[in-house]
Amino acid sequence: MRHEIRFSGFGGQGIILSAVILGRAAALYDQKYAVQTQVYGPEARGGASMSAVIIDDEPILFPKVRDPDTYVIMSQQGFEKYGKSPRDDAVMLLDSDLVHDRPSCTWVGIPATLSAKKDLGREIVANIIMLGALTTATTVVSGPALEKAILDSVPKGTEDLNLKAMRRGQELGIEGGSS
Amino acid sequence: MQGNIASAEGALAAGCTFFGGYPITPSTEVAEHMATRMPKIKGACFIQMEDEIASIAAVIGAAWTGARSMTATSGPGFSLMMENIGYAVMTETPCVIVNIQRGGPSTGQPTMAAQGDIMQVKFGSHGDYSIIALAPSSVQECFDLTAKAFNLADRFRTPVFLMADEVIGHMREKIEIPDSVEIVRPKPLPEGALPFAPGPDGVSGFAAFGTGRHIPVTGLTHDERGYPDTTNPARHESLVRRLVSKIEDARHDIADYSIVNEEAEYVFVCYGAPVRTVREVVERLRLPDTGYLQLRTVWPFPEGLLSRFPKVKAFIVPEMNLGMMAREIERHVSVPVIPVSKIGGDLHTPEELVEAVKAAGGLL
Repeated sequence: MRHEIRFSGFGGQGIILSAVILGRAAALYDQKYAVQTQVYGPEARGGASMSAVIIDDEPILFPKVRDPDTYVIMSQQGFEKYGKSPRDDAVMLLDSDLVHDRPSCTWVGIPATLSAKKDLGREIVANIIMLGALTTATTVVSGPALEKAILDSVPKGTEDLNLKAMRRGQELGIEGGSS
Repeated sequence: MQGNIASAEGALAAGCTFFGGYPITPSTEVAEHMATRMPKIKGACFIQMEDEIASIAAVIGAAWTGARSMTATSGPGFSLMMENIGYAVMTETPCVIVNIQRGGPSTGQPTMAAQGDIMQVKFGSHGDYSIIALAPSSVQECFDLTAKAFNLADRFRTPVFLMADEVIGHMREKIEIPDSVEIVRPKPLPEGALPFAPGPDGVSGFAAFGTGRHIPVTGLTHDERGYPDTTNPARHESLVRRLVSKIEDARHDIADYSIVNEEAEYVFVCYGAPVRTVREVVERLRLPDTGYLQLRTVWPFPEGLLSRFPKVKAFIVPEMNLGMMAREIERHVSVPVIPVSKIGGDLHTPEELVEAVKAAGGLL
C-alpha cells in the first residue's frame, strides 16, 4: 500500500519536523519504505511551508509527492497554496480554527492549535496533535510507531508533553472523523 | 537520515579526521553535522574557515599531514575553490570535496537543485588535468560514495568529488550503515624513492609531512624530487600526461554503475537525482523497450559502458542542466543522443521522460 502525505502550514509550526517524524515512524518502526522531502527556501519562515512523505511497501523511486492521498493542513495560506485541488478520494486533516475553507474531498477538522493551547498549555505541540490524529483518522501510520518516532525526535524533558499531545490528537482524530 | 548527513557520516566511517569548510546552502548540513560530531572524535578537527578559498587550502594542508581530509560546498563556493583544486591536482593531494549543486550561474538559486557544475568539476581549474567525480542518487549512496571517495583519493592521489544535488542532499530516507567500511590508504613511499616518482600505475607513493622524508610540494611543474622545473617542455609534458593518464587509464576500474535492460532500444543515461525518475519510468512503470545506465562515477567518463546496449536506437540523457553530459556521450556513440534538459530547480517528472521516449520514436 502506497501513501503520499503532504503537510502544509506556516513556518514555525513544525511542518517539516512533522514529516520527518512521520517518515521515521514508517521507515524505522512500521518497517516500510519512506522518503521525506520539503519545499526548502528562505521564504518558509512565517510564509507557507510544505513538506511531504511517501510511504510504500516497495522501494520508492521517484521521491517527490505529486498526488497526495492524505493532507495535513495547518494554515489558510497553506491550504490555498498546497491543498486547494486534492483528488476526490483524498483525506484532509485540517487545523479547524486556522483553515477557513473546506476541501472537496473528505476532511477531518482537528482543533489542534486551540487544544494545544487550552488543554496542554503549549501551542508548539499542535503539530504533534495533528500527527496523533493521523493515526486514528487514517491508516498511514500506526500509533506505536508514531510514539517511538516522536520520542526519538523531541528535545529531552518534553517527552511527556509530546506524548500527551499525540494522545489528544488520537482522540480528536476519532471525534473529528465521526462528526 | 538526510543525504547531507549521510555524506558526513560516510566520511566519518571512512576515517575522515579533518573538515575545513564554509557553510553554504544547500550543503550546510554537512558542515553542521561534522561540527557536532568531530569534537567528540579523538584526533579529529573541524574548522570553519573564513571562506571557501581558505577551506580548500586547509583541506590540502591537512591531507599532507596524512589526515583524511574533506570540505563541502555548493556552486559559488565551488567556483572560489577552483584555483586550489588545480593545486591539489598538481601536488597530487588526496582529498574529498562534496558539492551539493544548486542553480547557477553566480548565486543563482540557493535552495533549488541543479547539475550545472558537472563540467566545471572536470574543467574548472586551468590547465589539462583529470579528476574523479561521483554522483549519488539516494541517501544510501551519499553515505557509500563519500566513504568510497576517500579510498579513490588515496589510491590515485587526487581530489575526488561527490557531485550531489539539492534534491538528494535534503531528501530523507532510511539507510543501512555498515559496521565498517573498506579503507584503502595510499601506497607508502618506498625507502629511498623520490616523492613524485610514479609506480607502474602512474601513482607515486605517499609520505606525510612529519614522517622524516624530504618532500617539496609545489604547484609549479616539478621533477620527481618535487623541485620546480618550469621551462623544460618534456618535463611538463610527461608530468601532466601522467596526472591525466593515472586516472583515465583506470577509468573502467574506477567505473561504478548500474545497467538495467541491455536489450533496450531507448536507453537513459543518468546520474544524480534524475536517476530516480528514470528508475520510476523503467522499473515501476515498465515502459516498453527502455533501459538505463546509471553512472555513479561520472568522471573519468566510462565510455565503454555505452557499447553494452547492442539494440540501442537512441540514448536519452535527462540532466538538470542544458545538456552537459549529453554532449560528452555524443562524442562516443553513432546513434542519436537526446538531451532532456531541465533547469529551474525541479526534478524531471516521469511524464516528461515518457514524452522524451515518444519523441525519440519509441512506444509506437
